[in-house]
Amino acid sequence: MTGKNACPTKSNFMIPLNHYLLLSAFLFSCGVLGVVVRRNAIVVFMCIELMLNAVNLSLIAFSSYLGDATGQMLVFFVMVVAAAEAAVGLAIIISLFRNKQTVNVDELNILKW
Amino acid sequence: MPEIILNNLNFILPELVLTATVLVIIVAYLTNRKDETIVYYLSLVGLVITLYALTGKVGENLSAFDGMLSIDPFSLFFKIVIVFSTIVVVIMSQHSDEVKSEKNLQGEYYFLVLSMAIGMMFMVGASNLLMMYLALEFSSLTSYVASGFTRKAKDSSEASLKYLLYGAFSSGVMLYGISILYGLTGTLSIAGINQVLMQGSVNSLALLISSLFILVGFAYKISAVPFHYWTPDVYEGAPITITAFLSVASKAAGFAMMMRAFKVMFVDSSLVTLPVGAWGFVNGIHLQQVLIVLSVLTMTLGNLVALWQDNLKRMLAYSSIAQAGYMLLGVLVLGNDGTAAVMIYFVVYLFMNLGAFYVVMLFANKIGSEHIDSYKGLGRKSPLLSVALAVFLISLTGLPPTAGFVGKWMIFLSLINAKMIGVAVIGVINSVISLYYYVRVIRNMFLRDEERMSDETFKFPLAQQILLVSLLIPTLYFGLFFNELVEFAQFSVTMFGVK
Repeated sequence: MTGKNACPTKSNFMIPLNHYLLLSAFLFSCGVLGVVVRRNAIVVFMCIELMLNAVNLSLIAFSSYLGDATGQMLVFFVMVVAAAEAAVGLAIIISLFRNKQTVNVDELNILKW
Repeated sequence: MPEIILNNLNFILPELVLTATVLVIIVAYLTNRKDETIVYYLSLVGLVITLYALTGKVGENLSAFDGMLSIDPFSLFFKIVIVFSTIVVVIMSQHSDEVKSEKNLQGEYYFLVLSMAIGMMFMVGASNLLMMYLALEFSSLTSYVASGFTRKAKDSSEASLKYLLYGAFSSGVMLYGISILYGLTGTLSIAGINQVLMQGSVNSLALLISSLFILVGFAYKISAVPFHYWTPDVYEGAPITITAFLSVASKAAGFAMMMRAFKVMFVDSSLVTLPVGAWGFVNGIHLQQVLIVLSVLTMTLGNLVALWQDNLKRMLAYSSIAQAGYMLLGVLVLGNDGTAAVMIYFVVYLFMNLGAFYVVMLFANKIGSEHIDSYKGLGRKSPLLSVALAVFLISLTGLPPTAGFVGKWMIFLSLINAKMIGVAVIGVINSVISLYYYVRVIRNMFLRDEERMSDETFKFPLAQQILLVSLLIPTLYFGLFFNELVEFAQFSVTMFGVK
C-alpha cells in the first residue's frame, strides 16, 4: 500500500470511484454492442479494442482507489497484448481480403453448421 | 535481484529449452532455406530435450517468480501431456501434404507450433491472474496465425479471422471480470484473492458477475457451449494438424488453468481434506450449478449437432465439444477425485483424438476429401487404417476394451461418489447418442461399397504406419491396464497452495 501518495489531496472535488466504473461499464457495453451489431471486420476489431480500453479504465480507477500499483502494471500488459493482437488481427484481415475481396463478416460463410 | 531471477529461471528450465529451440528454428530457417526438413528435426530434438527436462521436475512443489507460476505435480502432469502431444503433432505435420503444400514456410510452421506449446506450458502453471491472461493470449495469438497457415485456402483464412474475433472478444470479457475481481480484493494473485474472499466481506453479486466473466475466457478456450461457435469453423478450416493440436493440447491447457483457478480461488483453503463438492464457501455464488448447466449443454449440443455432420473434420470438432462437456463433469466435482478423473481422461483423449485426426489426415492425403461418403469401401482398400480409425472412434464413444471407457468410467465414478447421479445419467445418455455418429463412419468404411468398385489399395510408408500403431497401442493398452495411469494421476493432483 505504498501508492497512497498518488492522490495526496483527498478534496471534495475528487471524482468518486463510481463515476469511473460507470463510464468503464458504459464503454465496455458499447464495445460488446459493436461486436454484436457491426458487420465490418475492422470495425468489430475496433470495438474489441474499445472493450479492452474500458477494462484499462476500470483497472486504473481501482488501482488508484486501492492505492495499489498492481492494477496499473496489468494495464501496461493489456496495452502490449492489445497491440500484438491488432498486428496479428490486421494481418489476418489482409490475408482474408486477398482471398475473398471482402471484410464483411456476413460474407464469411464457407464454414457453417 | 538478479540472483533471485537467475534462481527462478531454474524452475522454468523446460520452458526455456523450448524457447531456445524456437530461436534456433528461426535462425536455421533464415540461414538454410533450401533444406526444409532441418527445422523438423530441430523441433523434434528440442521437444525431446524439453520432455527430458520435465522429468527432472518430478516431485517439485513450489511457487516461482513471486507467486506468478506454480511448479507442482499438477502442472508437471499437464506439461507432459502438452509436450507429448506437440511431439505427435510435429511428426504428423511431416506426413501432411496440406502443411507441406506451403513451400518455404516450414520454418514458420514449426515456430508457430512450438510457440503455442510454450504458451500452453505457462498456462498450466499460471497462478496469478496477470500471468493467466498473458499465457492465454500467448497461446491464442499463435493459434490464430497457425490456423490460417495455409494462406491460399479460403476456408483457412476465414477460420483464422473467426477464431481471432471470438478469441479477442472472450479474452476482453475475461479481462473485465479480472478487473472487477481486482477491485473487490485488491490483488491479482489467486491465493491472495482466496484469502480476501475467506474473510467474507466481499459483495457476492459483484463476485458472481466477475467469476462468470472470467469463466467466459476459460469456456472459450475449452470450447464449452455457449462459447463454442468458433470451434467447428476453426477445426474445419485450419490445417488438420493444427486442428488436432488445438483439440488436445490447447484444451488441456485451458482445463488445467480453469481447475487451478477454481480450486485455489473459490474453495475454502482451511479445509484439511477437500470434501466431495467443496464449492460455494462464499455466500451467494453457486458456480457448481453454473458448471452443471454448462457441461450438460456442452455435451448435449455437441453430440446432437454431430449427428448430422458429413465432413469428418467437422464431426470430430463437435465430438471434441462433447468431450469437453464430459471433462467439465470432472471439474465440477472439484475434489481430488474429479481432478484425477479429468487428468486420466486427458491422457486417454490425447491418444484417441490425435489418432482419429491422424487417420483422417492420411486418408485426406490420398483421396483429397474429408467427406463421410468418401470413406465408403475404405475398409477393403486399407485395412490397417480403417481398423485403427474404428478403434479410435469406439474409444471416443467410451466402449469397453478401449481406453476411452476408462476415462469416462473414472469421471462418472467421481460424480456418483459426489452424489450427483442425475448428472452422471445425462452423461451416459450422451455417450449412447454419440455412438450413432461414430458408428456411421465405421459402417461406411466396412459395410458400404463405393459406386464405382476399384481394386486399388492404398500403401502408406513405414514411418506413417509406425506413428499410427504407436497411437493405437496405448488406446488399447490403457483400456486393460490402467492402474499405473490412475496412480500417476492421483499422485499428480497436488497443486501448490492447496492441501
